[in-house]
Amino acid sequence: MKKDYEDIPGTLVFDADRSREGYHLNQFCISLRLQKNRDAFNAGEEAYLDRFPMTPEQREAVLKRDWNLLLELGGNIYYTSKLAANDGINFQNLAGLMTGMGVEAYRAMMLAGGRSIEGNRFKTEWENK
Amino acid sequence: MARIVAGVGVSHVPAIGVAMDTHITDQPYWQPVFRGFEFSRKWMAEVKPDVCFVVYNDHCTAFDASCIPTFALGAAAEFHPADEGFGPRPVPVVKNHSKLASHIAQSLILDEFDMTIMNEMEVDHGLTVPLSVMYGDKTPEDDWGTLVVPLAVNVVQYPAPTGNRCYNLGKAIRRAIESYPEDLRVVIFGTGGLSHQLQYKRAGLINAKWDNEFLDRLTSDPVGLSKMPHVEYLREGGSEGVEMVMWHVMRGALEDDVVQVHRHYHVPASNTAVGHIILENKSFYDERNALAAE
Repeated sequence: MKKDYEDIPGTLVFDADRSREGYHLNQFCISLRLQKNRDAFNAGEEAYLDRFPMTPEQREAVLKRDWNLLLELGGNIYYTSKLAANDGINFQNLAGLMTGMGVEAYRAMMLAGGRSIEGNRFKTEWENK
Repeated sequence: MARIVAGVGVSHVPAIGVAMDTHITDQPYWQPVFRGFEFSRKWMAEVKPDVCFVVYNDHCTAFDASCIPTFALGAAAEFHPADEGFGPRPVPVVKNHSKLASHIAQSLILDEFDMTIMNEMEVDHGLTVPLSVMYGDKTPEDDWGTLVVPLAVNVVQYPAPTGNRCYNLGKAIRRAIESYPEDLRVVIFGTGGLSHQLQYKRAGLINAKWDNEFLDRLTSDPVGLSKMPHVEYLREGGSEGVEMVMWHVMRGALEDDVVQVHRHYHVPASNTAVGHIILENKSFYDERNALAAE
């Protein structure tokens, strides 16, 4: 199937393929919605992760909190944000980390009206920077 | 007869709910967000809908990756606010008009819109934040002041239903509601958006010009607007901007002629452009004006 959304820069559209690849990773993340599961995870991350048959790369990205890699490996932001919340990182600060801008610069950008669409529509615009 | 009189479009940014729940809405950051809902709360108090039909999206709360219905209609008697990781929001339980909901489900399916029917469901900020901004502060002991029929739309896993499908579903919802014999005044909500991207390296995208054109065209060109391809939402409105397809359900359920009685736009609330609109059916708008003139 043609994916006309793959040329948007800095964007991973969570489609059926990514959903399939990320299934166990995402189910792990969403389990952290509940306090009893957060307690179990925080008491022993490795043992808790054994419950979820994710790939070694996904497991490593969880342990390292590599937020962008988690998305590249099929994670979805509404799921990975539960892992971030467990660590005390809210949505806006998580965005600050994913963009590489840092929390303060990201917050300042949002207060100034957000990231402009100009120059941010197509991958070619980022490649030519 | 039940009758849809107006539509409300409104963002559901979770941080808006947190700001209300922690009583910081008068802080300089939040004041301009909430100022835009002062009119709306008065309007809700005047119009007093018996039922709000709320088109919203769940955020992996009722539906995790194991089950992803495109359209799920709530038929349960009530829906409890879910624990999304910080404890449930301290807001009232959402009460359904479940007899109406059952009628709508049956009517929609016979009208070829194949609903998933939810007889047990918790609801997250996608549903409760729109109610909070429109009805104001409420505690768990209060009631919302309206019954609510919830319709959850998948917008998390691509593809969401098309804008055209959503618009036509809105028309079928109107046929369903307006064939229900009880005299009920119904307001329909389309929620989510406007432009925002929460993920990856382009996070923080906001496109105010595009958002405002969207709001304009809800009144002037709803059919043309409903034909917008998904890639345009994703590119121009950000990966999470695709939530805006839910506004087409609301618009489709209204008359062709509507009057915009209120509009609010503000950047930012957390990562998101807050958009809000109230559209009255022209027939309802004229009735209200005639009454006011008497």
